[in-house]
Amino acid sequence: MTIISGVTCPVCGSFCDDIEVTIKNNVITDVKNACAIGAAKFLGYAKHRQTKPLIRKNGELVEASLDEAIRKSAQILADATYPILYGWSSTSCEATRVGLELAEEVGGVIDNTSTVCHGPSILSIQDIGISSCTLGQLRHRADLVFYWGSNPWSAHPRHLERYTTFSDGRFQKTAWRGYLSRLSATLTKKRLRRAVNLILRRDVSVPPETDRRLPYSVFQKKRKMIVIDVRKTRSAETADYFIQVKPNSDFELLQAFRMLVRDEELDVDEVAGVPVEVLEEVVDIMIGCELGILFFGLGLTMSEGKLRNVDAALSLVRDLNQRTKFLIMPMRGHFNVTGANVVFTWQTGYPYAVDFSHGYPRYNPGETSVVDILCRGESDAGLVIASDPVAHFPQRAAQNLVKNPLIAIDPEVTPTTLMADVVIPSAFVGIETEGTAYRMDHVPLPLKKIVNPPNTCLPDEEILRRILHQVHKLRRRPN
Amino acid sequence: MDIAVRDGKIVERVNEKKAERIDASGMIVMPGGVDIHCHIAGAEVNSGRLLRPEDHFRDVEAKTAVTRSGVGHSIPSTFTTGYRYARMGYTTIMNPSMPPLEARHTHEELDDTPMLDKATYPLLGDWWFVLEYLRDNRIEECAAHIAWMMNAIKGYAIKIVNPGGLEAWGYGGNVQNIDDPVPYFNITPREIIRGLCKVNRLLNMPHTIHVHTNNLGKPGNYVTALETMKCVEDLAKGDRPVIHITHCQFSAFKGDDWRTMGSGAEEIANYVNQHSHVTIDMGQVIFTDTTTMTADGPFQYRLYQLSGNKWVNHDVETETSAGIVPFRYKRKSPVHATQWSIGLELALLIKDPWRIYLTTDHPNGGPFTAYPRIISWLMSQTAREKTIKKIAKRARRNSLLPSIKREYSFYEVATVTRAGQARALGLSWKGHLGVGADADIAIYNVNPELVDPSKKYKTVRRAFQRAAYTIKGGEVVAKNGEILKSVYGKTFWVNVNSSLSMDVGADMKRRFREYWTVEYENYPIPESFLTASAPIVVKAEI
Amino acid sequence: MPKLKVSLLTGRTVDQGKGKEYGKLSEEYQQSVAICQIDPDDMKSLGIRENTNVKVITDFGSVVLKAVKSARAPHPKVVFIPYGPWASIVMNPKTHGTGMPSLKGLTAEIEPAPTEKVLGLTNLLKEHFKKEEK
Repeated sequence: MTIISGVTCPVCGSFCDDIEVTIKNNVITDVKNACAIGAAKFLGYAKHRQTKPLIRKNGELVEASLDEAIRKSAQILADATYPILYGWSSTSCEATRVGLELAEEVGGVIDNTSTVCHGPSILSIQDIGISSCTLGQLRHRADLVFYWGSNPWSAHPRHLERYTTFSDGRFQKTAWRGYLSRLSATLTKKRLRRAVNLILRRDVSVPPETDRRLPYSVFQKKRKMIVIDVRKTRSAETADYFIQVKPNSDFELLQAFRMLVRDEELDVDEVAGVPVEVLEEVVDIMIGCELGILFFGLGLTMSEGKLRNVDAALSLVRDLNQRTKFLIMPMRGHFNVTGANVVFTWQTGYPYAVDFSHGYPRYNPGETSVVDILCRGESDAGLVIASDPVAHFPQRAAQNLVKNPLIAIDPEVTPTTLMADVVIPSAFVGIETEGTAYRMDHVPLPLKKIVNPPNTCLPDEEILRRILHQVHKLRRRPN
Repeated sequence: MDIAVRDGKIVERVNEKKAERIDASGMIVMPGGVDIHCHIAGAEVNSGRLLRPEDHFRDVEAKTAVTRSGVGHSIPSTFTTGYRYARMGYTTIMNPSMPPLEARHTHEELDDTPMLDKATYPLLGDWWFVLEYLRDNRIEECAAHIAWMMNAIKGYAIKIVNPGGLEAWGYGGNVQNIDDPVPYFNITPREIIRGLCKVNRLLNMPHTIHVHTNNLGKPGNYVTALETMKCVEDLAKGDRPVIHITHCQFSAFKGDDWRTMGSGAEEIANYVNQHSHVTIDMGQVIFTDTTTMTADGPFQYRLYQLSGNKWVNHDVETETSAGIVPFRYKRKSPVHATQWSIGLELALLIKDPWRIYLTTDHPNGGPFTAYPRIISWLMSQTAREKTIKKIAKRARRNSLLPSIKREYSFYEVATVTRAGQARALGLSWKGHLGVGADADIAIYNVNPELVDPSKKYKTVRRAFQRAAYTIKGGEVVAKNGEILKSVYGKTFWVNVNSSLSMDVGADMKRRFREYWTVEYENYPIPESFLTASAPIVVKAEI
Repeated sequence: MPKLKVSLLTGRTVDQGKGKEYGKLSEEYQQSVAICQIDPDDMKSLGIRENTNVKVITDFGSVVLKAVKSARAPHPKVVFIPYGPWASIVMNPKTHGTGMPSLKGLTAEIEPAPTEKVLGLTNLLKEHFKKEEK
């Protein structure tokens, strides 16, 4: 039995690197420090994996040799006029580097999951810039934390305890005790109400909370957290204050904050369902903090306005820097989507939606992004790696992907592999093979190999290299 | 005379019957170019690439049988960067800003930069460990920790940017001069610079401390530059340099505000001429659209406020910061034109070409592809006059250039673009064509015996833009601007041997989680991570 | 049949996160994503009992899901479906030139569908995705 420490968790953008894993006979038997999702990954990853390469023959997927699968994949890509290579966010940077070379070789479009996630945020950053930092800067210094359109409790469970509200830094201490006392106060209120109901023997229904005033804790000199969302998520419940914004009205709310930061008057009584008095108080807190951070998620990028919402958020934080120190960071979902953007950018100059069909990199999201290409039916082949677009793309896009020859490289059985024409099983990166990945704040960390993969499952990097090698051979053949 | 090459090195002689011949008659043969300061890899550079798709749209390079495709005018993608340097006959470059926490990123990008040998300088001037040990005057312990850091992240030299200012920027502040104490840490920039200068000597590093001064880009800051150079005067031993002031042009402003801004180049040049403990590089400005990127967070914010351009900021926990702002230098702006003049004034007024180097602080002053243009300005007063005619009147009136008759010779150009830089870096096998040197050779199609560079500056410029031959490690990799072969160079780093290394490791392990949000064991980069690791072993005095 | 116009959200949940790590063919996964979280007051007005089925209809498709009482109420006329193949049937593929399809804040209708079944993953794929005969 061995215990391996300092393991990086290959799941979400928090990319925690303090996981401790116990291994017996090449099987992971215990995980410490991981959140529920991370633990599920380390303990359950092998349950629905596939270990045999498959090729679709006469409508059915049948087992094939790895060589056959590689050759068929290379053939599909080399024969295609406009293939798309998609995924990349859950594999290593080393694999992505090979993927870019392959996409360039076949003159295709290479895109990663930012295209359906924080792509709009990237577009905004390209217009406005971004005032950001690494997460430790917040652990040490941030006394005001915003989560806007983001629910770390569900998507980045350890975010608060490792980097923000419930962490300890050099200049700021954890707000855990404050949260516990608030929690016990709320529970006590609930218990008293129940007792009153029992005594009076009738149902005293609770009137909805009409007191929108900010609680005292938000004005104290300690770490505080404000959550802004369209519904009261679990993250909102842990916050010092929750602002419920009307769906699709984040832009108005952000612009209202900007006006108040610039000392302008608002003519209306409420914006996006929030009374202006509340907004004024929140802005006072923003200006009065020592260092504030605004985390934002898909609530901004996916609702109406998309990148315009992010424009407003980036501009708000930029404006706030005139009054105090303020930073902003998108909550990246996959553990290496940031890495995919980073590698794409250094090799091609562009972070996603890169089109090589002219022999040099071209970038125009809306034109060269895969969802658009698929909806217009322009691609004629696809390679999907470390991603599941058949499950997560809107139906029409996924249908067009499936219609054409499709290669899927994945360690697990997914809707995409079930609909593919060639399936190549790979090793789980960060568990069975090593590599490099980038945390949501651009800090690169090593992915470790802690168990051996089955010998039919090669690392993504190796699979792609073999396909590339085969494509080179095919292209040298006279046509 | 002939030069003999075998197995990637310059040797006494080779068997002429079996050797490949390159006829360089009528051309000038120089060692491959060495660039001591160019931002081409890492977090800051890549954020710049991401920020500016518009910089890439207008400058593309298609894939060929030998080369990968790429883009970029002021911030090229990695493959393009390598090819463009090779086309100019450059073979060694130094990436000057590496945030230690993100060192892996810098090395990954350097590994994808072909054609060049390279190294990178970790940013250490605001590292909390440095601030704490130097405040308590524990020089040896500071040195031991820097040795650990240099080995862990494969760095080459101690880089200092706006010392103290970056830590103050963590809360949005800055330092105003070299005696302004850093908030919360009770140490001054002067103490940081002096402390690290002593550390550098204790560790026997091949290069001096590499300093981007406080108050960069502020009118009147030439005073700070002088104070910075003076503050380590007493630490010099013999006449070897102990400090390098980088992109000095940005630190050579006179005046009280932008209206009265002028050139402090004369004062700085006088000081450098009289004191041999200082080396500087130009940081020349080119009139073009480029991208500024430095670790100087507060300076970059101020540049955003001045220009209104988009602004990226990236503070790195415990260590440093960074900022990026696109910027256009205009001929008709008195300030920009004065900046242009300052860079050249520095190069022409400083007498010893071994202590001033040609750079643009790429891409801050302009893209490195503008180096040949700078060479033509240095070699020809006519070329300078032509440009001066088009710049803002006020700058023209105040510029010293019309009164400077000096014109660089080819030897001086070779010194400021390769030999001097190699010597400052301690790379004794680079920057010269003697036996034992790496066979990194550039052959330029200009005949020094027939061409008068003062008159034929355009010929000179064209010759340096496209080397007739670029030879890297004994192989012809480029010819007349075409890349013939894609090769990958080595990554140099300093492996410091010190007797205190074991204790430091244990100390770092204990305190790591207090300082960073990553685990101690995930921070150091294993040597195997670098594709072609070339450590330079030094023995420290501790 | 009573219908309700709602704003549809899709997103992540911890259960969906765990479910996908256990494997997309697993029972845990289906239980975690083939659901629609509805405000209890909205459920009352539609006459839907918890753990019975509802149909969610948008301009782009319709899908039958299990109705679940939302623990995040009140959020009247806002429903939530976790990411997954069921949610993708009703998403808006239009990116409005940004590359990003519309996955939150969609206009949708929900109606009770107590007699219709929630499709299992393999049947869902069969019904919605057809491969071209080559």
